[in-house]
Amino acid sequence: MERISSNQPPLSEARIAAELKTREITLNMGPQHPATHGVLRLVLELDGETVVKCTPYVGYLHRGIEKLGENLTYLAALPLTDRLDYVSAMNNNIGYVNAVERLFGIEVPERAKFIRTMVAEMGRISNHLLWLGTHALDIGAITPFLYVFREREWIMDLFEELCGARLTLSYPRIGGVRNDLSQKFIDSLYEFTEKFPSRVDEYETLLTENRIWLKRTKGIGVISAEEAINLGFSGPTLRGSNVKYDVRKHAPYDAYDKVEFEVPVGFNGDVFDRYMVRIKEMRQANRIIRQCIEKLPKGPIMADAPEFTLQPKDEMMPVTHPAIEHAFYIDEKVCKGCGMCLRACPAKAIFGEKKQPHKIRQELCVACATCYATCPFKNIRIIPGGKGLSEERLKELAESPIPEEIAKAAEHLVKQFTIIRRGPRVPEGELYVATEVPKGELGFYFVSDGRGRPYRMRIRAPSYVHAMALPRLCEGGLVADIISNIGSIDIVLGECDR
Amino acid sequence: MEPLEIAEKIKEKFPDEVVEVTSFRDQVSVIVKKHKIIKICRYLHDDANLYFDYLADLCGADHLNKKEPRFEVVYHLYSMRHRHRIRLKAQVPEDDPRIDTVTSIWAGANWHERECHDLFGIVFRGHPDLRRVLLPEDWEGYPLRKDYPVKGPEKEWSGFQEVLDKAKQFKEFGWKG
Repeated sequence: MERISSNQPPLSEARIAAELKTREITLNMGPQHPATHGVLRLVLELDGETVVKCTPYVGYLHRGIEKLGENLTYLAALPLTDRLDYVSAMNNNIGYVNAVERLFGIEVPERAKFIRTMVAEMGRISNHLLWLGTHALDIGAITPFLYVFREREWIMDLFEELCGARLTLSYPRIGGVRNDLSQKFIDSLYEFTEKFPSRVDEYETLLTENRIWLKRTKGIGVISAEEAINLGFSGPTLRGSNVKYDVRKHAPYDAYDKVEFEVPVGFNGDVFDRYMVRIKEMRQANRIIRQCIEKLPKGPIMADAPEFTLQPKDEMMPVTHPAIEHAFYIDEKVCKGCGMCLRACPAKAIFGEKKQPHKIRQELCVACATCYATCPFKNIRIIPGGKGLSEERLKELAESPIPEEIAKAAEHLVKQFTIIRRGPRVPEGELYVATEVPKGELGFYFVSDGRGRPYRMRIRAPSYVHAMALPRLCEGGLVADIISNIGSIDIVLGECDR
Repeated sequence: MEPLEIAEKIKEKFPDEVVEVTSFRDQVSVIVKKHKIIKICRYLHDDANLYFDYLADLCGADHLNKKEPRFEVVYHLYSMRHRHRIRLKAQVPEDDPRIDTVTSIWAGANWHERECHDLFGIVFRGHPDLRRVLLPEDWEGYPLRKDYPVKGPEKEWSGFQEVLDKAKQFKEFGWKG
């Protein structure tokens, strides 16, 4: 080993800097990194532990939901919105149906409004619970993750009881909700609202005054109110910077103007404040659910607008009920042979040449009434109790008028069929409707040209805006703080990439 | 302020720029020409009575064979202080799909404009970082244009061969993929 001779002159600062050349490291974080909450990729330029430059890349989960939505009817595009923010699918659905209802001009019944508000707040709690668990896990606290999943599981079970699904719910419908609440659901939810505040206390005991937690969150990712507004932040991320902007208060939808709740805000705009806002928001959500249960009015759950919304299934029962064995018969004298029913028949029971009267093979017919609803000339006759009769008998019976009850139900069926296949006639115009989802402001912008599908469907996703601001939050900080920052803006890449 | 009043104010200030004012379900849109979009936005942002400090959304729209000019860039503005909204629509023709960026006024417009560029092919002049954002960099075409099919021919992504070659290369290092 060479010994440093003592008679060498000491190195000057400038000389050291010149001899020890430092170079920034480029580090690729993601897209498959557990702490980026999905397929977010950050390219970091690091000077030691300090982040010099941070460039987010998104789009790994881009499915073209806007393009798909423009090619589906309004009703059929509803399940797509589940796949936006899959952590709080309920809130996305509600945002979507609210926008569509405003466009159609439908007034939703009071009971449906309260149910929606209730389930939306359940969605908010379940979202914030997942956020809290993963955010704390990323920073190093494992215990809250186990705690929050206990309550989240409860909410998932409640959703299952409500509509049969746990994650991709599609429970709200345009004009109301899919089905009414069961007593079991209400009882269990009430019990949940009684226990939940003490559970939030438990999480707070683990984190709020925890020294490690404070060190990792206080003064990290600070953003001022002006800058947060300028960057387009929304939701708890914006409220953490002391901006009292909440769509539920600024432009109330559903039953938010009929329940009492506060909008919690932070003061410093750091990671800790955003955490506190979400914790307080969970308590407020619990309060809203409780009020919704207590104030839940009686009445219908679906708007009375048959030209836009799906009507109760039992009104069409006499046509499609398997117990009443109908036969369907094409009037030979008037059938023009256009082939519409032939193509639509799912059982392939209709045959005939083009421009010649078609016929139904009675032994293949499943009496689904699709041909009845499709026929543009209304030439198909329903013969109640006609199943198994001979061709001649059917011909005879077709002459006699059908019972009024069945005629009415059949009319309903045709309306329903048109709404599903072609979509309703929508007023021409354009509309932007925002709702408050757990991540922030979810906006839907529709341009309608009067047809049954949106001409332009635009989704304003809060996660997309928040992901954009990551360089602003991370640059100049430490590598470890990137994790806190990503957690604190609560992004879901399904919504970000759409 | 009522949305129609705001539209009147814009019309007063920029009489040559405003093309049309439309209203649907209490929401007002002001259609403007693209040339002075920065000036209009700056005015909306800075005027004390209007004070549109929040850019809620920015997106494009394609009106193929329906309207002339073909494209529109839609700005949804909101004022936190006064709690009013307005929609601004700038017309962008197909043969010159360029418009000035508003990132200098609202920093939040950055990625919205990138997305609009990505999916509609509109070029935002003066944008700090105008690259594709949701689609791969070598994607051909602009998917949200109306003449872009929903379902195209089944074609492999052009970068896929490169990935396969890389996978082959890594096989000698014992990578199973």
